[in-house]
Amino acid sequence: MKEQKGIFRHIDRTLVLLYLVLVLMGWVSIYAAVYNDEHASIFDLSQSYGKQLLWIITSFVIALMIILTDAKFFNAFAYPIYIGTILLLIVVLFLGNVTSGARSWFEIGGFKLQPAEFAKFATTLALAHYLSALDFDNKKRKSQLIPWIILTIPAALIILQNDTGSAMVYASLTLVLYRQGMPGSILLFGVTIAILAIMALLFNQYIVIAVIAVLLLGFTFFIRRTWQNILKVIGIFVVASLFVLSVEYAFQNILEPHQKTRINVVLGKQIDLKGAGYNVNQSKIAIGSGGFWGKGFLKGTQTKFNFVPEQSTDFIFCTVGEEWGFVGTTIVILLFLALITRIIMVAERQRSEFSRIYGYGVASILFFHFFVNVGMTIGLMPVIGIPLPFFSYGGSSLWAFTILLFIFIKQDSNRLILV
Amino acid sequence: MASRIYADRKIVIISTFLVIGFIYIVRLFYIQVIDKSYTLSANNNVLRYVTQFPARGLIYDRNGKLLLYNEAVYDLMVIPRQVKDLDTAEICRLLEITPEGFNERMKKARDYSPILASAFEKQISKETYGYIEEKLYRFRGFFVQPRTLRKYPMSIGAHLLGYIGEVTPAQIEKNPYYKQGDYIGISGIERAYEKQLRGIKGLKIRMVDVMNRDVGSFENGRYDTAAVMGGDLYTGIDAELQQYGEKLMNNKRGSIVAIDPKTGEILCFLSSPGYDPNLLVGRVRSKNFGELNKDPVKPLLNRAIMGQYPPGSTLKMANDLVGLQMGVITKDTRFSCQGPGSSPIKCTHNHVSPLDVYMAIQQSCNPFHWQVFRAILNDPNYATVKERYDVWRNHLMSMGFGRTLNTDLAFELKGNLPSSDVFDKIYGKGHWNAMTVRSLSIGQGEVLTTPLQLVNYAAMVANRGYFYPPHVVRSVGTEKTKFSSQKNVATINPEYLDVIVQGMTEVFSGAHGTARAYKIDSLTMAGKTGTAQTSSGKDNSNFIAFAPVENPQIAICVIVEEAGFGATWAAPIASLMIEKYIFRTVKRKEIEDRMINANLLNN
Repeated sequence: MKEQKGIFRHIDRTLVLLYLVLVLMGWVSIYAAVYNDEHASIFDLSQSYGKQLLWIITSFVIALMIILTDAKFFNAFAYPIYIGTILLLIVVLFLGNVTSGARSWFEIGGFKLQPAEFAKFATTLALAHYLSALDFDNKKRKSQLIPWIILTIPAALIILQNDTGSAMVYASLTLVLYRQGMPGSILLFGVTIAILAIMALLFNQYIVIAVIAVLLLGFTFFIRRTWQNILKVIGIFVVASLFVLSVEYAFQNILEPHQKTRINVVLGKQIDLKGAGYNVNQSKIAIGSGGFWGKGFLKGTQTKFNFVPEQSTDFIFCTVGEEWGFVGTTIVILLFLALITRIIMVAERQRSEFSRIYGYGVASILFFHFFVNVGMTIGLMPVIGIPLPFFSYGGSSLWAFTILLFIFIKQDSNRLILV
Repeated sequence: MASRIYADRKIVIISTFLVIGFIYIVRLFYIQVIDKSYTLSANNNVLRYVTQFPARGLIYDRNGKLLLYNEAVYDLMVIPRQVKDLDTAEICRLLEITPEGFNERMKKARDYSPILASAFEKQISKETYGYIEEKLYRFRGFFVQPRTLRKYPMSIGAHLLGYIGEVTPAQIEKNPYYKQGDYIGISGIERAYEKQLRGIKGLKIRMVDVMNRDVGSFENGRYDTAAVMGGDLYTGIDAELQQYGEKLMNNKRGSIVAIDPKTGEILCFLSSPGYDPNLLVGRVRSKNFGELNKDPVKPLLNRAIMGQYPPGSTLKMANDLVGLQMGVITKDTRFSCQGPGSSPIKCTHNHVSPLDVYMAIQQSCNPFHWQVFRAILNDPNYATVKERYDVWRNHLMSMGFGRTLNTDLAFELKGNLPSSDVFDKIYGKGHWNAMTVRSLSIGQGEVLTTPLQLVNYAAMVANRGYFYPPHVVRSVGTEKTKFSSQKNVATINPEYLDVIVQGMTEVFSGAHGTARAYKIDSLTMAGKTGTAQTSSGKDNSNFIAFAPVENPQIAICVIVEEAGFGATWAAPIASLMIEKYIFRTVKRKEIEDRMINANLLNN
């Protein structure tokens, strides 16, 4: 008993509590989303909410197992875990089942497993392991390159599965690199690229180029006008112009029609309430009709009658919005922000470099999911099918997020013992 | 620990997270609290406003017999997407359709919508419904939807009761109560009492899911309104008499209208040839309507109120009444008659001469009535012919001629009783006199009357000088109609009416009475024959009558078009009708058979 108490003593209670609250709120939301009179019991195993309870219980078991595992194990076995997952990602390409266009599932006796979900924590472990290694030096070219390779391999494999949404999650891990000293200009460069791409799609490309020219011209008044600087500005202009032109070209010639439509709908260039815009529109209606206090538990009409597709998975936030109103959505957002900020705060108190980097990875991944999923339901993000952590229905994602979080909690509980 | 240098970057990262979270909360506040349009869209998504159609009111006769009610019919509906494991052969057998017919219907339904219900087979019979209902559980995707159709159980009173049909766009525009596909009364009582019969539509708010499937009522039906059933109409019609009249008029053109003089209630109202009113119901309506509309004998024409006939000799008593009232004749005044040699109007009867008003009515003497009419238009109390004519005309209008009678029947025509201005126009002012318009004295010439006007005139005589507007409906639900309190008094003193009644009684009872062959020993009847010349050259057979004379219970008008003498057809038919009404059975089988079997359609 004393031993056990020792194991649980340094567990961060706030994180565990936030985790429990989110998981339970998710479960209740799934119940409300797919509720039907014939199976009114929340424990009915023939329904999504009954199954989700099973996932929750097994997740608790997994969490417990992680707590009971030696903390050093995850650092030591980071690479084997990473390589194992990569192999699974390759195998699934050949043996996986296809669900809504993505070949990303293993189906073993009615039990579905999505390797891409587990690749998230495996990649984070590998990244943390590499970045915390003693011979890591971010001045060296090799040290700058390898983290990108670690990120790119799983992302590329997931893109091959035709699950672009899940692949984009890995981009969030660049925040970890930033925290570890990657020049801010690279992040700034990425954001600039994204803004330029959006502008190129929204407006006439030549107008965009003209605006760039005017901005750069204005910029030259604030710098020392040496030949070198002027050449640099001209170089930037040429590169930016070429980029704008190539975005337009890629959009017109490379993207599939349905991808074009999706992008157009998000950019507001196209209104398509029956097609690509349907989900987003119905989702906005569901959330919007919730009002300040919401319609009340099980009183939602939008989500209950299947107007919002995938309401128990990717669009679970709609149910919160419709039934609990602005109060409910604000609480959920604040809970996520609390969880993520807490993770960063806890990460910062780590003496182990590995733990801290891993913590940042957890925060980045959770935040990216939250950012994209909620943004999608309120029409601020394109429809990218990734789950809302702890909320969305599904065993793989709940297990994967639980593992992701509890490895960190375990590392943290060991912070005083290690080093 | 080189990366400790970058520890302040956590501020940048956390700030980014918090800013995005804040943006999301602001966005949510906008769409959830400020922008109300989403709530509206949500309601439009899930709420379906389903109209509840009230049952149309029923129509009863004076003895509580049903004339018109609603019959439940059943449409077999199908939702194509839900059809599964269907025994096609079985359903074809039940509906008596071929497999091709089945495929055609399914295709039509699928083309309309794979997920919405559409009618697979409309108005299936009760028997078929019985079979299908038993086996419905085996036909997934099929269900039966009950609807109602108007049903005329005795197949009588087509023109009287009228029919309903779908509203036209023009009607919808005029009255927003109606929506596309609603039914509205088009003719007869169905039209006249549309407002009372239709009831009030109700509204049910149902919730549907994204597939448009019903998932229950909205807020437990708190905002639903129930449909209010249409009011039942209690009429004065005697269904048996109506049926008997239609039988008598079989294969004849013309009309019978009978009323109760004491109240103005219409007992029988028919136009012949008629049609089975059930023909204009449901899905066969438009086809049958087309056929009836093309029929040369015009079965759709309501002759009882739209047929404008020359009254012929039936109008003579009106002249006598005006003459007596103006004092240009007395009950003892006699005029001579030279029989067929009379001038300017010949007499069709041989009788004593000179004769008084009683005898003149009994034997329908033309010269006598010409003399009366001439005396009226030469009355020295007035300066001009025009003035005298106007007096005559006003008296006739007080008896209900030349105007509509303010009844509850749609499309009532007013006949023709020309004003003096019309004659001024035709002949020139001051250039016409009694001689010019002499035909009016015997109910010919310009004057035209509807059967309804003639029966109303008979009722006025029966009442000795007044009438109530003839009407069909006594009460709507428990609320009485107002007709029986609207007493119309003719401008003739009752004492003069006694004179006329006496003359009309002798039409049956007199030794030379024109209808003496059709008297009934135990009943005092009063009547008047009319043999009206028409433009076709063939005479209409007219008759008006009432009985019993001492306490009138029925007044009647019979017109048989182009059939010959009034005494040959209209008089016996009227007499039989009176017998039927008063005694409930007809004993004079020989006359009855002769009338029923006569085919005068092609005279």
